[in-house]
Amino acid sequence: MKLEMKDTPGQLVAALKPISAVGGNIIAVIHQRDTLSTAETLDVQIVLELPEGRLETLLGLLKEQGVSVVRIGEQRLLHQRSLILIGHLMHTDLSDTVDRIDQTGFAEVTEISLVMPAINEPSSARITVRSVDLADMHRALDILRSVAGQKQILMIEPLEAV
Amino acid sequence: MRIAILGFGSVGRGIARALAEKDLGIVVTALADSRSGLIRPEGIDIEAALARKEETGLCGESGVAAPDIAIHADYDCLVEVTPTDAVTGEPALTHIRTAIERGKHVVTSNKGPIALAYAELQDAAARQQVALRYEATVCGAIPLVHAMQEGLAGNTMQRLYGVLNGTCNFILTRMSEEGLTYEQALLEARELGYAEADPTYDVKGIDAAIKLVILANTVFGQKAVLDDVEVTGIDQLTPDALRLAEEQESTIRLIGEIAPSEKILRVSPRIIPKTHPLVVEGTLNAVTVETDMAGEITLIGKGAGSTETASAVIGDLIAIQSRHVQGS
Ligand SMILES: NC(=O)c1ccc[n+]([C@@H]2O[C@H](COP(=O)([O-])OP(=O)(O)OC[C@H]3O[C@@H](n4cnc5c(N)ncnc54)[C@H](OP(=O)(O)O)[C@@H]3O)[C@@H](O)[C@H]2O)c1
Repeated sequence: MKLEMKDTPGQLVAALKPISAVGGNIIAVIHQRDTLSTAETLDVQIVLELPEGRLETLLGLLKEQGVSVVRIGEQRLLHQRSLILIGHLMHTDLSDTVDRIDQTGFAEVTEISLVMPAINEPSSARITVRSVDLADMHRALDILRSVAGQKQILMIEPLEAV
Repeated sequence: MRIAILGFGSVGRGIARALAEKDLGIVVTALADSRSGLIRPEGIDIEAALARKEETGLCGESGVAAPDIAIHADYDCLVEVTPTDAVTGEPALTHIRTAIERGKHVVTSNKGPIALAYAELQDAAARQQVALRYEATVCGAIPLVHAMQEGLAGNTMQRLYGVLNGTCNFILTRMSEEGLTYEQALLEARELGYAEADPTYDVKGIDAAIKLVILANTVFGQKAVLDDVEVTGIDQLTPDALRLAEEQESTIRLIGEIAPSEKILRVSPRIIPKTHPLVVEGTLNAVTVETDMAGEITLIGKGAGSTETASAVIGDLIAIQSRHVQGS
């Protein structure tokens, strides 16, 4: 995601500190003097990664530091859930299961760990689903739930604080 | 206060031992097991009854049965601790109805009647101006109902989730710690006396679901029945699944969850970070409640056991004694 903020010189540090405080990861800091504005103001764009649900906290902290956030850019695949599937995953076409999520366009499976058991035993896999917003995540999980139901796969969901 | 105890098994005897050891101002005037009973208006010699049960398997005289006691004996409060029948609630349901109609207080550890007929029993108790208490039906020694109904009175209960079945928690702990298969861990649970000969109720999540129904109806004001709970047990879990959770510093626990705003009433195995307060070891139970004023509260403790369950029953008895029964 991208934050764009007005800042006064010397306050850049004040703006960056809260990001690590909430466990964020700064990917790029781009600042340029705004020719139209007065000399004390500059535009800073920060590209960063944030753990889920920390944006509000970050914005609050920035405000406390006197940094005003002008615009919050696109948030990409912000939400992440790891699920465990148990069942006859290969026989029921695991790649089709994954496709059902990837096809949606609003969520994707970004990781699969599959453990192959003895022949005819159920296999276990962990898959990670990412989506841009929470509503999409819920839609993606609904789809997975119904696919799991059809294919008689046990789907173990995380207990996340809502 | 005078009490009648119906059921003299693990819980009934736990209560009797505690009453014999402590001076709580509680006198047992009647007692029954499945094949015998005893009525002594002046008070039963508890030590002798425990010894007799040990030696002969009978707590009293054959010919005196539990229903007779419920109907005829002198007592202020009925303690119903016979086995749970989740389908009919009997014989406990009849015992409890009888006592309430006679204007007697009731304390029970029996999940059946509370899960099946709480609204009816509570209405009857209110009409008769007697107390109906059931702390021991959910999470053994943990004063969960008490905490929610009294300590957190005035709060809106937003969500509740937790480990409600010690047998499943033991099995999952062993699978995760030792890499045991489900079958191996179940066998171990049986050998240690943590699982019944027929473990279906526990491992299929039904026992947890019954407790969820009790909490939904008594604390969340719902009118749920067992069929309303979406239930998935732990019997399909593989050691691989636990290992996959482990790789992300997480584990798997059987969690019961009530979230009225999302219409959630379910019991299912869930992935949960190992550092989460609900990740408790062995047969422990743990429950988190989310409320509007108090925020989150988590209670952890023993979910079963003779003395532990007796603790919850005695807590209920003393609450009744101090509030309702005069001159005791
Ligand atoms: N044990 C726990 O940790 C625990 C925890 C929470 C709740 N509970 C609940 O508490 C209740 C009692 O559990 P428990 O472990 O004490 O069970 P238990 O050890 O099996 O004892 C049950 C007792 O009830 C008696 N009984 C059976 N049918 C009866 C009848 N028709 N009339 C009168 N008495 C009858 C039995 O008689 P005999 O002695 O003649 O067989 C026995 O004394 C159950 O509803 C259980 O679900 C137990």
